[in-house]
Amino acid sequence: MGFLDINNVTKSYGTVEVLHRVNIAVEEGEFLVLVGPSGCGKSTLLNMIAGLEEITSGDIRIKDSVMNGVHPSNRNIAMVFQSYALYPNMTVGQNITFGLEMHGVPKPEREKAMADVARLLQIEQLLDRKPGQLSGGQRQRVAMGRALVRNPDVFLFDEPLSNLDAKLRVDMRTEIKKLHQKLGTTIVYVTHDQIEAMTLSTRIAVMNGGYVQQLGTPKEIYDTPANLFVATFMGSPSMNLINVTVQVDGNSVYAKTQNDQGKDLRLALYEPSEALKAFDGKDVILGVRSEALTDVEGADQRSSHVEVIRNTVTVTEPAGSDTFVATTVGGAECVARMRADTDVSPGQQAEFAFNMEKAVVFDPETENRIQ
Amino acid sequence: MAIASSDTAIRTGRFTRTLIYVVLILFVLFYMLPLYVMLVNSVKPLGEITGGGMMSLPTAFTLEPWAKAWSTAQIGVEPTGLQPYFWNSISMVVPAVVISTTLGALNGYILTKWRFRGDTILFGLMLFSCFIPFQIVLIPMAAILGKLGLSGSTAGLVLVHVVYGVGFSTLYFRNYYAAFPTELVRAAQIDGAGFFQIFWRILLPSSGPIIVVCVIWQFTNIWNDFLFGASFASGDGAPMTVALNNLVQSSTGVKEYNVHFAGAILAAMPTLLVYIVAGRYFVRGLMAGSVKG
Repeated sequence: MGFLDINNVTKSYGTVEVLHRVNIAVEEGEFLVLVGPSGCGKSTLLNMIAGLEEITSGDIRIKDSVMNGVHPSNRNIAMVFQSYALYPNMTVGQNITFGLEMHGVPKPEREKAMADVARLLQIEQLLDRKPGQLSGGQRQRVAMGRALVRNPDVFLFDEPLSNLDAKLRVDMRTEIKKLHQKLGTTIVYVTHDQIEAMTLSTRIAVMNGGYVQQLGTPKEIYDTPANLFVATFMGSPSMNLINVTVQVDGNSVYAKTQNDQGKDLRLALYEPSEALKAFDGKDVILGVRSEALTDVEGADQRSSHVEVIRNTVTVTEPAGSDTFVATTVGGAECVARMRADTDVSPGQQAEFAFNMEKAVVFDPETENRIQ
Repeated sequence: MAIASSDTAIRTGRFTRTLIYVVLILFVLFYMLPLYVMLVNSVKPLGEITGGGMMSLPTAFTLEPWAKAWSTAQIGVEPTGLQPYFWNSISMVVPAVVISTTLGALNGYILTKWRFRGDTILFGLMLFSCFIPFQIVLIPMAAILGKLGLSGSTAGLVLVHVVYGVGFSTLYFRNYYAAFPTELVRAAQIDGAGFFQIFWRILLPSSGPIIVVCVIWQFTNIWNDFLFGASFASGDGAPMTVALNNLVQSSTGVKEYNVHFAGAILAAMPTLLVYIVAGRYFVRGLMAGSVKG
């Protein structure tokens, strides 16, 4: 039993089921991020927690009481919307206290709560302004203030940063994280931005096509993605996927492929599982993150297993902090993350180091990771 | 720079511009001509008009036709002037405008923010009422007013105009509220506001422009209506438009054109006033309704 329980929840519009048997238990103080491409059902799920959409089947519990059919205002939740949804005709102060007013909180208490929140978010000087006179970042703060003032059990954020410019987005991200650390509240946060998901969350639910593809800590999601969708959706640049053939040789298991000159490559897989050995002779997909495919000097020194190959550089993309180097392995375009001042140029042969500790293997038929 | 080069768009456009303005000014003069005739002749003694000086300015300025049209002219059989009928119209227009605008706003709110199965069909049917010619409903309407015991009364006219007005006012408010962010309504729901609180505290304060549009539209239409007034109100209960007709069409005595002109201006005055006071919001409101969102 968690603080917020989502049990076997489905959602259908007519005969079309858009969410399939979702099960998530959120502990108190957790920061759960629902992430996925548009139309994956993440916002629908959030709206169902908020009570803005009906639950077709299953139930949602907050603090162990069933919320199905409970009016949004009686669920003790607060929501921050993508457009902030500030009431345009009210001042910032009135916006923040409107919810308290509707719940019949007496004026002196409202004033005090507003002052506390305004101090916390540093918006004291804005209280008499109208939302139309505020900048994007300020509106964002006011929207959070309106949520905070009610002291809810669960905060719901619906893509709150997607309307901000890139720099402000990073600043506000840090601020939301700080706020969560300071207040220790339970948060459910929807985003399509996988970096936001990684940086903010204590746990991530990656969703696609109405299914939760994987639920886990950011590290679990990133290092051991459950399937190909999670592997490619999370991480930028996307995980390199190379078609290889499994070859079992005694206790070792090798991934066989070819470099771009047609020469055979044999990469020894690190700590192969029994399940993987059963794939002997079959084709599988080897997943390598770009930071696990580097120049030799840039390879993780603590990794116990690095394989080095020689291959042709096709494109280099200096990104300032790193240089992304593209090359073709086993017919698939791979991106390696090399040091910023690495000395390679297109057309040239270079050494690429695979950190096999971090490599994962997928079954091309089920698209699931072979564990 | 003070000196523009000779091939900027402004310089080459000067001739065209002048032409356009000249044509426009001619149109304006032509358009204003009837108003000029009315104004000029309403302040002349009758002799000057019958003498053939229809277009000329008055030689002897008098406000007497105005006073007569307002308080002593023969309307039907009574020499009451237009005054009592003016108040008839006011007591018909004000409730009819207020009620139809309020209902339209509520309908628009429900049709956009509390969607239900079949709401678009319902809206389509309501729109239909905008296009039904008045003449078609005269007889059924008379029958219904009779059954309700409202025939011949101002209340009956108010009902007729509300029923006819709700189609248009719903159209206005629905289109305006369709562009109003639904997230605001959701936020208010989470904040604990009820159906009417959301309407009253969130939507209405942002509806200024469309309220103005709706009020002007309804006020003009209802005030200027002749058909319903002539059909469903009789004698003392008649609205201004019907009274004006009775004044002008009276078959006895001399045709007092100056009084008729004054009466016609009096009848047109309230709608003119509404436009002058709220006209600039009218355009703004129409724009806001169509472009936004």
